[in-house]
Amino acid sequence: MRDETITGETVPVPESGYNFAYLDEGAKRMIRRAILKAVAVPGYQVPFASREMPMPYGWGTGGIQVTASILKPEDTLKVIDQGSDDTTNAVSIRRFFAKTAGVATTEKTEEANIIQTRHRIPEKPLSEDQIIVLQVPIPEPLRWLEPREVETRRMHALSDYGVMHVKLYEDISRHGRITTNYDYPVMVNGRHIMAPSPTPKFDNPKMGNMPALQLFGAGREKRIYAIPPHTEVKSLDFEDHPFSIQAWDEPCALCGAEEVFMDEVILDDQGGSMFVCSDSDFCQRRRDAGHKGPAVEGDDT
Amino acid sequence: MSELLRVENLTKSYGRQRGCTDVSFELWPGEVLAIVGESGSGKTTLLNCCAGRLAPTGGSVVYETRHKGLIDIHGMSEPERRFLMRTDWAFVHQNPRDGLRMNVSAGANVGERLMAVGARNYGNIRNAALDWLSRTEVDPDRIDDLPTTFSGGMQQRLQIARNLVSGPRLVFMDEPTGGLDVSVQARLLDMLRDLVDRLGLSAVVVTHDLAVARMLSTRLMVMQQGRVVETGLTDRVLDDPQHAYTQLLVSSVLQP
Amino acid sequence: MNEPRLDADGEMLCLNGVTKTFNLHNQGERTIPVVTGVNLKLNAGECMALMGSSGSGKSTLIRMIYGNYGCAAGEILIREEDGSWTDLAQADPREVIRLRRHRLGYVSQFLRVIPRVATIDVVSEPMRLAGASDSESRNRAAELLTRLNLPEALWDLSPTTFSGGEQQRVNIARGFVHPYPALLLDEPTASLDKVNRQVVLDLILEARDRGAAILGIFHDHEAREAVCNRFLDVEEFKAAA
Repeated sequence: MRDETITGETVPVPESGYNFAYLDEGAKRMIRRAILKAVAVPGYQVPFASREMPMPYGWGTGGIQVTASILKPEDTLKVIDQGSDDTTNAVSIRRFFAKTAGVATTEKTEEANIIQTRHRIPEKPLSEDQIIVLQVPIPEPLRWLEPREVETRRMHALSDYGVMHVKLYEDISRHGRITTNYDYPVMVNGRHIMAPSPTPKFDNPKMGNMPALQLFGAGREKRIYAIPPHTEVKSLDFEDHPFSIQAWDEPCALCGAEEVFMDEVILDDQGGSMFVCSDSDFCQRRRDAGHKGPAVEGDDT
Repeated sequence: MSELLRVENLTKSYGRQRGCTDVSFELWPGEVLAIVGESGSGKTTLLNCCAGRLAPTGGSVVYETRHKGLIDIHGMSEPERRFLMRTDWAFVHQNPRDGLRMNVSAGANVGERLMAVGARNYGNIRNAALDWLSRTEVDPDRIDDLPTTFSGGMQQRLQIARNLVSGPRLVFMDEPTGGLDVSVQARLLDMLRDLVDRLGLSAVVVTHDLAVARMLSTRLMVMQQGRVVETGLTDRVLDDPQHAYTQLLVSSVLQP
Repeated sequence: MNEPRLDADGEMLCLNGVTKTFNLHNQGERTIPVVTGVNLKLNAGECMALMGSSGSGKSTLIRMIYGNYGCAAGEILIREEDGSWTDLAQADPREVIRLRRHRLGYVSQFLRVIPRVATIDVVSEPMRLAGASDSESRNRAAELLTRLNLPEALWDLSPTTFSGGEQQRVNIARGFVHPYPALLLDEPTASLDKVNRQVVLDLILEARDRGAAILGIFHDHEAREAVCNRFLDVEEFKAAA
């Protein structure tokens, strides 16, 4: 399955019968307008007329529509799912755009100028000429406490955000610490509270002052929001329970990296497991450069 | 001393239906005003208009704010009004479920107002919650329990704690003892009276129970069909009622 | 304690043409006249007994002065601390409350309290409302309850479950806890034993001696003779029905 890692010389021809990047130009224009508004009001959820996509909701239809709307023929696309380039979801979306738009695709973070992702931000810092598109299932951070959309919108309009700390308070009172590890709420540009999509809170600090544009698309909930480059993003916390990111006691078993987000991989039925980088591209490149983790030390592969 | 709240010619109509008509009164610091009348007499509509929860059709509700003097609360911007409602004001609903978040702990319910106005120290918020739970006679050991596990009386006391934690000056109460057993009512009334007294709170209490009005209020307003038919010192209105409707109301109370 | 001291001959209370009728709207618009044209003047240091048969309007008159009943006509003037007069018949609720807190005390026949409030707090409340500190008020309350022979074991209990005599003593202690310049008494010695009746009479005499103007209803002839130095027959003002 290497047909999609196509380089400059072998640009695939888009499938005939589809408009460039599947969506019609009218829909793209509508979505681009929503994106412009989202960029203009950082963290604000802009409603948009989400289209039917040839895959079910929950598979990243919001992110795909955003990507389709900003994609140009000369772009290079990277798609990751939980940090990995080779899971079903990532592969499907990458092939989808290779087929319908004929754009180049890559697994290398720095080669891509558009990165669509589900649940992770690459370990390698992004640059000003890159755009990261995040898939979002539930865009409304206030939803868990306030089921009425009219009311949550009013709360955003009025910066009426007391309930967000109620959630963190509950965490501490139950568990002695803030246990929210994913979709950890952030304050964007000192104005809007935003759900960072189910990325681990480990990635929250990367969102702040990121040189790249961050776009968020929620297909089922029909919302688009954005963090423009170099925007302040602050994770909510208490003075006596400050925000902190996850840390692991051991380095990546394969590449030896520390201070990266790791996945636990089960090795056998006896409970044996190892921790490896969640960002597959980052891990592979380190191994290519000769770094070795404890699991492969002494191996000469 | 001057007024804390001034209501002038307040009218609320729902289409052709009148909620309340041409109501005026003043409330001074430390005063408790009771509004009585049968259901449908417009007392809850009046309360909601006074408390900024419902826009009146006519008239004004002017409040003496801490920093800006007298302001018509219906002319305020929404954020200003919300801020006022969760700092200087309190609203105690008849049904505690309407005034509590049932899916978060008692402590979070009490702490929410503090967090909403910027409290960001968990330890301080928790201590304030513990303090208010004990002041409203809720066992502080229940701080991490959900209100759904509380009895009706405890839920009502929790609602009061949640409201008073921000140190309000004006409390609106809509049938605060409405759904409670008689034995629980007495305890709640005594607690309310003591808190109002010790904190120097002003209050507007809507009730259909004349005994509640007598116990909590110094002044009484009797409403019938959306209009105020009699007003005055609570004990005088109840002991020497002048209007036919008030006489009927007073003489209809069963004596135990 | 700073007790207000008035000139022995200073007028405290003055009623001019006070009239009361009850209009019963729901009982065939009946009008029940009670008293007409009551005139009286009461000086500091005087204790006046209202006389008359049952139903002659004695209690009604007391309640009108306390602001508990409205006034159909006439003036009910009470002397303010600065020497000016306020008409209770026209006073708005806030003024009535202020006068009740500082100038005008009332011992009714029945104790009306909130369940659960401790006796000591029931008794000390008027003094606290008049501006005294918690501890000062409680000390004074304790002093009165001791004089009235109410066992200390009962002080932390609510008086709602007390006997009639005990409740009446709580009521009296509450009425005497603050040194009001004017005091209204509605049968203060009813349902009391001999010993406690004497304590109450002593309290009344002490109040009189400090210069309080007292207006009371005393069915008990001996008590009346012991404390009163003026008498007024309310029958004189009985309205023609």
